[in-house]
Amino acid sequence: MPEKAVSKQDKKTARRLHTQLLLKFLKGSKRLFACSIISSLIYALCDMVDPQIFRAAIDNAIGGKEPTFPRYVLDFVDRLGGFSYLGQHLWIMALAVVVVAVIRGISGYLQRVMNNKGAETLVRRMRDTMFSHIEHLPYEWHMKNHTGDIIQRCTSDVEMVRMFVAEQLVSVVRISIMIILSLFFMFSMNVGLTFIAIIPIPFILTYVLIFRKEMEKGFRECDEMEGKVSARIQENLTGMRVVRAFAQEAKEKEKFLEQNNHYNSLWVRLAAIMARFFTTQHFLSMLQILIVIVAGCVFCVNGKLTPGEYVAFVSYNSMLSFPIRRLGRMISEMSKAGVCLDRIGHIMNEPVEQDAPGSVEAPMDGDIEFSHVSFSYEGSSEVLHDVSFKIPAGSTLGILGGTGSGKSTLMLLLDKMYSLPEGSGTISIGGVDIRVIKTRHLRKNISMVLQEPFLFSRTIHENISISSRTLTMEDVEEAAKAACLDEAVEGFSKGYETFVGERGVTLSGGQKQRAAIARALIAKAPIMVLDDSLSAVDTETDAKVRRALEERFGSATIILISHRITTLSKADKVIVLDNGRIAEEGTPDELRTAGGIYNRIYDIQSGLGDAYAKDGKEAGHEND
Amino acid sequence: MRTTKKDGSLRFFGIPKMIPLVKRFKKQVLIISLSAFVSGLLDLIGPLFNRYALNHFVTEGTLDTLPFFIVLYVIMLGLIALTAYINIKVQIATEVTMNRDMRNEAFTHLQELSFDYYSANSVGYIHARAMSDTSRIGNLFSNQISDTVEFLFYIVGAIVIMLSVNVRLTGAVLIIVPIIALFFSLFYGKLFTLGKQTREINSKITGNFNEGITGAKTIKSLVIEDRIDEDFRAETTNMYNKARQLARHRSLFASVTDLAASFALAFVLWKGGILAKEQVGTFSMFMSYAQGLMEPVRWLVETLALFVNGKVNIERFTKLMETVPSVSDTPEVIEKYGDVFNPKKENWEELRGDIEFKNVDFKYPGAEEYVLKDFDLKIPFGTNVAIVGETGAGKSTMANLICRFYEPTAGQILVDGRDYRERSQLWLHSALGYVLQTPHLFSGTIRENLTYGRNDATDEEIAEAIRMVSAEGIIEKFDKGLDTDVGEGGDLLSTGEKQLISFARAILARPRILILDEATASVDTITEQKIQAAIDKVIKGRTSVVIAHRLSTIRNADIILVVDSGKIVERGRHEELLAMKGYYYRLWTRQYEDDAVAAVWADASSENKN
Repeated sequence: MPEKAVSKQDKKTARRLHTQLLLKFLKGSKRLFACSIISSLIYALCDMVDPQIFRAAIDNAIGGKEPTFPRYVLDFVDRLGGFSYLGQHLWIMALAVVVVAVIRGISGYLQRVMNNKGAETLVRRMRDTMFSHIEHLPYEWHMKNHTGDIIQRCTSDVEMVRMFVAEQLVSVVRISIMIILSLFFMFSMNVGLTFIAIIPIPFILTYVLIFRKEMEKGFRECDEMEGKVSARIQENLTGMRVVRAFAQEAKEKEKFLEQNNHYNSLWVRLAAIMARFFTTQHFLSMLQILIVIVAGCVFCVNGKLTPGEYVAFVSYNSMLSFPIRRLGRMISEMSKAGVCLDRIGHIMNEPVEQDAPGSVEAPMDGDIEFSHVSFSYEGSSEVLHDVSFKIPAGSTLGILGGTGSGKSTLMLLLDKMYSLPEGSGTISIGGVDIRVIKTRHLRKNISMVLQEPFLFSRTIHENISISSRTLTMEDVEEAAKAACLDEAVEGFSKGYETFVGERGVTLSGGQKQRAAIARALIAKAPIMVLDDSLSAVDTETDAKVRRALEERFGSATIILISHRITTLSKADKVIVLDNGRIAEEGTPDELRTAGGIYNRIYDIQSGLGDAYAKDGKEAGHEND
Repeated sequence: MRTTKKDGSLRFFGIPKMIPLVKRFKKQVLIISLSAFVSGLLDLIGPLFNRYALNHFVTEGTLDTLPFFIVLYVIMLGLIALTAYINIKVQIATEVTMNRDMRNEAFTHLQELSFDYYSANSVGYIHARAMSDTSRIGNLFSNQISDTVEFLFYIVGAIVIMLSVNVRLTGAVLIIVPIIALFFSLFYGKLFTLGKQTREINSKITGNFNEGITGAKTIKSLVIEDRIDEDFRAETTNMYNKARQLARHRSLFASVTDLAASFALAFVLWKGGILAKEQVGTFSMFMSYAQGLMEPVRWLVETLALFVNGKVNIERFTKLMETVPSVSDTPEVIEKYGDVFNPKKENWEELRGDIEFKNVDFKYPGAEEYVLKDFDLKIPFGTNVAIVGETGAGKSTMANLICRFYEPTAGQILVDGRDYRERSQLWLHSALGYVLQTPHLFSGTIRENLTYGRNDATDEEIAEAIRMVSAEGIIEKFDKGLDTDVGEGGDLLSTGEKQLISFARAILARPRILILDEATASVDTITEQKIQAAIDKVIKGRTSVVIAHRLSTIRNADIILVVDSGKIVERGRHEELLAMKGYYYRLWTRQYEDDAVAAVWADASSENKN
């Protein structure tokens, strides 16, 4: 639908962008495709030679007619002993056929191999550039786009472009060569007959182009319906509990059968259209061949054509009709490839993360300061309002906040996952505004453990040591130990080589969190952020991990986000964040006595369970 | 099964398994074979026309029979077109209809398979059995049959005609055929392994894309974009190499076919060139057949390979169809109460809603450990049973057993005093109302979803149910009201809205037994309050089982079952359980604490706003 709305100018720009993108992808494979085309030229030439050999054999070597070949051919034949000698030694001519066949075989092989190499080079290049581009796109972009959609662009759209370039683009050239060469030889033998052969072709072409559209419409309908059938099965399977519990099996069956039968009837209808299309197309080109045969016979009888020429002419003519049938398909593929390039372009034209000019690799062991920071996500209301605080180097800051208080946003801003717009305050490290600190440098020096840890489908060892290839097994074990993961890992039969994810074991939430902590610890960064990353482990392990942190990272600046008071009680300073504002600020002890949110939560969490149980009991009685 | 070998693979590429299906299409298969046969015949005749043209018109220099020639030729073309039309049309129609039938059967079968099958196999896996395997099998039986018939006939026919004209020359051409066939057969294995390998790498690359995108935040914060990139490139390079290897094999295949055809041609010229002196036509005909033979030989080898390959699809499909539901009604029960698709409702007793567990042992199929052992529990009509425990503790087991999604390993579950296996599953299910943790709606309108359990509900009843769950707001929000389309899986609604609708759906079904499986776990606070208010109303006058994640909501339950690691560790009323100071007490304390903290934040926020 957007295609219809765009003006001619837009179309032109779009086409230019497509070409640019395609050329970018084609870097490194253009030469291969050129080689493939040259090979196919040799192949086509060999195809053209065969009928000439047979013509010479029939007319001159065996038939004894006066040869009408160009001078150089006759010289060559004379050197071989003349046509009559060849007539008696037909093996020489057969050998010629074999030689041509071998050359053709080799060039055909080369053509296919080169073409494939070009195609695979193209696909690899497309995938690599797209993947790398996606990895370097800002986090914001990732949040805005659906994974499934991006993957589709990276897989099926890439495949469509590959098909177009490898199969259509190259065969356009090859087919043109074949048509031109066939016509050349046909003209060189008999101009009149060639014209007769050409006349029906525009009609065939028109038919193909017009009716191909109808068929394609049918294909689209079927595809859509297939999607619906597929979705219906999917829905039924995922909702099986509902289906059973509501005793709706019969109705589900009825609905599915109706849809599936409809899909079937669409295909049956399309089958008739396809059958008609292909048969008519075939019939028309066969009719063209008949015309050439009949006219050829008439020409022969009138002495305008020799039998050998007739045989050769019929061969060339059959080389014409195949390419014409392909033409319809090529045109429709071309428009599809355009759409795919467009979709790929939507990814490739997005700007990647870039440092501001003049960015520096500032020292990262200084104080961290948030000054008057306000922030809102695109299209929603403000999540942080004028937040200011300072974390002296080497100290630990605790942040306490409810859901949606903006605590995670603070950390995303610190790590430049989202960039803080000018005029919304500043975040600085060692007095340098992070806007002018190189992003990679910044992130490398901040070890961030996220709320919901993401592990890669690799081994535990690889997961922990993923940040650098130089890490040793000792480093991994040490980090795992500090994160209290060592015991769990030793419990697995393959230890650190245990595969995580779909094909391996599933780690519990707490184990995942600890693996993520180990992964962060191993980097020994001067700044460490733990964003609610101990929520799924028990209090004891929590304490152990924090102790290990202190021992190993005495000099690091640590930011702890948690809603567990015990986690925060050892921090040098705690800020309480409520709805994007700092509600309380101070040392844990100060806040304990301040009588605010911190204090109340402290009371609840450290309070005697008995009191609440009694409370609950009373409440229960009240209701009775 | 007799055809199943020890290792579970099928004999004769699994084709015998498919005979019942193919038999249903006897007529179509006959038409396809016949038209393919005629096509092959006509393909053979083509060169004969050329031979005549050359021998008669060109060599003898006369045009006397030209009109007949043209007429006959056009008739032949017409016949070719006709048979091709019939062949293509019937072939495609048969293929898709076979697919349809297989899918219909698979779908129907899936409606009866038990939940142990669904928990052992992912939706994606089952979906692929019903969608892609069926379509490959359909293709195999209609497409390949036609090709096989046509090419076999062409090969045989061409040989016969050549033999009838010149035995020696035919011999010369035929030497090539077995050599080439052998070559193809030898290489095909390699080609298939390579094909399979590239597909595997390809899906790995898709997996890498997925990981690179879903893990973007982690990748960025660890600054390992380049490392991940490198690993990705290693995989694409791997793909590149495998794909090229595959292409080299494929190209060799095609080139050898070409080459063989040319060798045959050279043979004809060498040994049969002399024919051209007298009969150019016969010579040219030989040329056509000699060249034309190689392509069908290659096709036949490929078709054979396709059957070898199709075995996997047949295997998977038949495995699905041969899976027997572990929960099923006895023939006697079906006799009296009807089956799932044809219930005999007239014989159904009214369901009251007394449930009793009697010496029930239960373990999940394939599991070692018993979840229930000698379990007794009486749930008289109208009782409200609550099941509590931590996430993943196995709270759904009781609901699974009551719904007869699973049956006791030993012992009995009585409904209205009789073992529930004495009545049909549908009888029980028709009296159930079920609300799941993650609401599942079907594509269609809100109305269709609401009346899912009882299609004849009146507008008043619908309105009543909506009012009960306070979902009027959702309906009013849309211009089309009840007739608003909810999208695939109800995706146009929010989770909270979906849950309210699914709750109203359960109420509309007028269940005697109501199962609420963590109905409020994945919704926002406001929806939770609405549903909670509705639950309190709805459970009156029904037997209800509430699986709860919020303990505060089930304080008034008649019986609370406390589940830990799959087992029921405590049971009793709220006060009794608290007094025990056991597991329930700990759960309660912790949750109370969380609630209190949440209250502090709520307080703070409201102060903040003021």
